[in-house]
Order: sequence, then C-alpha cells, then structure tokens
Amino acid sequence: MEQAKVHQLAVTSAKARVYAMDMVHKAASGHIGGSLSAMDLMAVLYFDEMNIDPARPRWEDRDRFVLSKGHCTPALYPMLALRGYFPVERLMEFRALDGNLSGHPDMNQVPGVDMSTGSLGQGISAAVGMALAGKVDKKDYRIYALLGDGEVEEGQVWEAAMAAAKYHLDNLCAIVDVNGLQIDGATADVMPSEPLDQKFAAFGWNVLKMDGHDYAAISDTLAQARTCKDRPTVILMKTVKGKGVSFMENVAGWHGKAPNDEQYAVAHAELAAALEELEGR
Amino acid sequence: MGEKLATRVAYGRTLAKLGYDHPEIVALDADLACSTMSQTFGDAHPDRFFNMGIAEANMIGVAAGLAAAGKKPYASSFAMFAAGRAFEQIRNSVAYPRLNVKIVGSHGGLSVGEDGATHQCCEDFALMRCLPGMVVCCPCDAYEMEQAVKALVDYEGPAYLRLGRLAVETVTDALPNYSFTLGKGTLLRAGKDVTIIANGMMVQKALKAGEILAAEGIDARIIDMHTVKPIDEEMVLQAAKETGAIVVSEEHNIVGGLGEAVAGYLSGVYPVPVIRHGVEDVFGCSGKAEKVLEYFGLSPEGIAAKARQAVEAKRK
Repeated sequence: MEQAKVHQLAVTSAKARVYAMDMVHKAASGHIGGSLSAMDLMAVLYFDEMNIDPARPRWEDRDRFVLSKGHCTPALYPMLALRGYFPVERLMEFRALDGNLSGHPDMNQVPGVDMSTGSLGQGISAAVGMALAGKVDKKDYRIYALLGDGEVEEGQVWEAAMAAAKYHLDNLCAIVDVNGLQIDGATADVMPSEPLDQKFAAFGWNVLKMDGHDYAAISDTLAQARTCKDRPTVILMKTVKGKGVSFMENVAGWHGKAPNDEQYAVAHAELAAALEELEGR
Repeated sequence: MGEKLATRVAYGRTLAKLGYDHPEIVALDADLACSTMSQTFGDAHPDRFFNMGIAEANMIGVAAGLAAAGKKPYASSFAMFAAGRAFEQIRNSVAYPRLNVKIVGSHGGLSVGEDGATHQCCEDFALMRCLPGMVVCCPCDAYEMEQAVKALVDYEGPAYLRLGRLAVETVTDALPNYSFTLGKGTLLRAGKDVTIIANGMMVQKALKAGEILAAEGIDARIIDMHTVKPIDEEMVLQAAKETGAIVVSEEHNIVGGLGEAVAGYLSGVYPVPVIRHGVEDVFGCSGKAEKVLEYFGLSPEGIAAKARQAVEAKRK
C-alpha cells in the first residue's frame, strides 16, 4: 500500500475516533472500547476495500458489511458519515430519542447499514444468507462481517460457520476483533474461546491473521481473503480495546461505559492531538 | 367435503409450483424437510433449497440475510423449533428489520401426537403474534393452504404460517364465492345463537360441533379465522353484535392465542362472553394424535360444550 494511502486511512480513522468519543460522551452511553479497537479496520473497509456507492446505499451489486458485534455503532456511524452516506452533523443524534442513530444499527433508519444487528451471534448468520444469495444469483459482490471475540461464545456463530463451509461461501469474509476483553473481563476468564484459529480451521474455513492497527496489513490480508476459493475466510484481527485513549486501552471496564466530563476532556484531547499530528498542524 | 390431505403436503406442493414463476423464492429447512414437506420444493428447485441442518437459530438468520439481498425465503421446521427455538432470532433479525421472511412451523399443536410434549407446540401463535408487524396464519385445509401460500408470496413482510401434520378433510373448496384474503375470516355457517371462531384443524371439528348444536336447537355461526394476526375485527364485531356470545377454538394454549386475540379486541369495543377453547395451560403428552386431541377436549363435543356454556353466559 502506498504511503499516501496509509496516511489518508490514518487520518480517516483518527477523525472517526474523535467523532466516536464525542458521540458516546454526548449520549452518555455507548460502547467505546470495542469501537476504538475496530476503527482502523473500518477505515480500510469503507475507504479502500469495499465496492460501495454512498449515492446508492441499496445498490444490488454492492459489497455488504454486517456489524455482527452490533453494539460498536460508534465505529460504524462515523465511517458511514465520513464516506458520505449522511451528514457528519447527524452523528450527534446518536442514541437520542429525537434522532435515528439508534444504539444498535437499524437498516431501515440509517443509510448504509446493510443489516440490523445487536443481538450477538445473529449478524454472522445474516451475512451467510447474503453470501448465499450472491451465489444463487451468480453475483460477485462480497460480504464482510465483523464479530467480537466475546461474541463467538454464542453457539449460533458456529452454526453459521458450518453453513458457510457447507455452501463454499468464498464471497464471505468474517473478521473477529480479538481484543481479548468482554463486559465481565478477559475472554480467557469469562469463557475461553481460543484457539480460534484451530476452531475455524476445523469448521472448514480459511484462517488468516492480522494486526488490526496496521493499515497496510489489513489491506493486504483482505486482499488475500479475496483470492481464497471454495471456502469462507475468517481473519483473526489482533487489536487493543480502547485503542488511542491512554486510560481506556486494554481495560474491560470501558466496554460499554461513557466517559464522564473529566475523562472525556482527556480522551478527546488525546484523540484530537493524534489527528492534529497526522494532519501536520 | 373434499379429499383428505394434510396442510403441510399442500404447502410443499404449492410452494414448489410457485417456485417456477417466482425465481426469488428460496426455501430453507432444519433437517425436517421430509416432514414439513419443504422437500417438495427442494426436489423441484434444488439450487434454491438449503438444508441448514439441525440449527434453527442460524436458519432464521440466514433467511434474514437472503431476504435482505432480495430473496423471498421460506424457512421451515416443526412449529416448536421454528417459532420456539428461534424466537429471538425471529424477533431481532426478521421482525424488527421487517424483512420479507416467511417462517413456516409444521406439526403445530398437539397433533404431532406420539412425540409428546417436547414437540407439541401450543405456544407458537402467542410467540408470533406478540411481535410487532408479524402476520400469523393457520389455514384449515389443503385448499385454503394453497391460497394462503399464494397470498403470502405476494405479501411483503414477515409472516408465520402454521402447518398441520394430520390429513384433514378439505372444506373450503366447496364454498361458493370463496376467496382468501390475509386478515379476513371466512363465514362457513350462518347462525344467530352463538359464534364459533376456529382455525387450523379445529375448523372441521367446529363444523361437526355445529351439527351437534343444531340438533339441540342451538343455531351456531361458524367462522374460519385462518389469520390470527391481523384479526378480522369487522367479522368478529359483527358476530358479537348478532350472536351475543363467542367460542374460540384452537389447537393452542388458551393463553396467548386466537382466543385472546378475539377477547382482547372485543373487551374494548363490544364485550360479550368469549369462551376460549384450547389446551388449558398445560403441556401435552404422548399418544395417537386423535386420542391426545380428545383427551384434551379438542373434539366436536368439546367445542359444543363450550358453545352451550357461552349461550348460558349470554342469558345471565
């Protein structure tokens, strides 16, 4: 990946991180930790990888993205706004009664949202259904689904994994955000799900790994997934929960908590400084 | 009365037939395709039939994804597992996003018989009708099922269709001017003393109850209410006004089903005695289907007894 492109993606996710923090603070609720961990991937998906057209959000031949870990809307909405699906001003309607940016994504309310999700384990099944439709129609669009590493504790994920392998859904790329934490603590303590690579491989998937904060690596791995035929691909994406905010990084407590005013001031300052540095101001 | 055929057989045949003109129809099953009869569609359209294995939660989610990508998916299993096991998937992945998924629950009610209580789903109407925007339909015979499946193909939105296991007499094909409209009941017998509203295989039993009652001098109106939701309010209100008492008979728990839909509506607009006839908030048990139904009072005589009770309540 060209250095200019890497820089552009870094700026995009830095902007989105600022928006995410502002949204969660304004709403005084929301899931900031897992949104910050997935933000760099989201920038690559929406600004590099996916074949989409914000002017035609329901375009039949578009690639589709399913936020199976539906609580991470603070990672999705800013990307959709920055990509042009709706004005960035609307981001401040997040979780508000008088707006329509609901806590979890609603495909009938938010332009660019391909599937309503929120109940963990269900998005990946919908992604399998979309991929299956693509096969039936002999279309070459691709389906991306983002799961949490806590989410994979849901049995439905493995039902979906079996089905995706059975139907050779090489147009499906699942990405697991392996930040190692869930609401109640470390995934290793709450419910050990590792070794995820061996589990997905045993279910018949092509398994790839990447650093979820390295734009070139993300782009290369997604490209590699595209070349795999006859099998679905899962990318185990190593990330830092709360990435970008010093006191939130790798702390389970920041899974679904909004910062208070004091904490917000620090978090916002850190994220804004990172953006300014990138923009050379 | 016409031929004896199970509504599930009519479902499979009709969907297979419609599949030729509707390439967007796809069907999914969870390893019960030969029982729900979705296999008939699968045999005719193997490229559009997906056996998802014994994994109902995923099946419903996959159906949602297919619908989101423009397909018209029919996802079937036993009522217990379609509506019950996958309830939350239906709520969050189908009903909430208003996706065009048809959930098909076969072997509804007690008439799965020998399998016993674990498989006798008497809660599916309740589970499905409490979901905003969900259409709930339970045709009484093969002919009506054929019309219902056709109507549902043209209906855009989530719907639940209950199929029956047993072969039942076809009664609707002989009706003059019969037409099927979702949300509209069918008058089967005129009457002025009491109204019996039924669906599924209780319709045939209601007709027999009508004969029993007629012999006693009770003139019962009989309505086939194939659509549990939305309920045909106009026909229910008219029945309340003109007959003054109502019995609702269904192969379902009296809690949460058609009976409560009728009672709930009437209590707000025109209260008359509404007697609910069904499974009285207990679990089923193993046995030959007809024997089990009789054991729980789901028989023509059982309906007739409730009708007498309703007439009595009206006089007080």
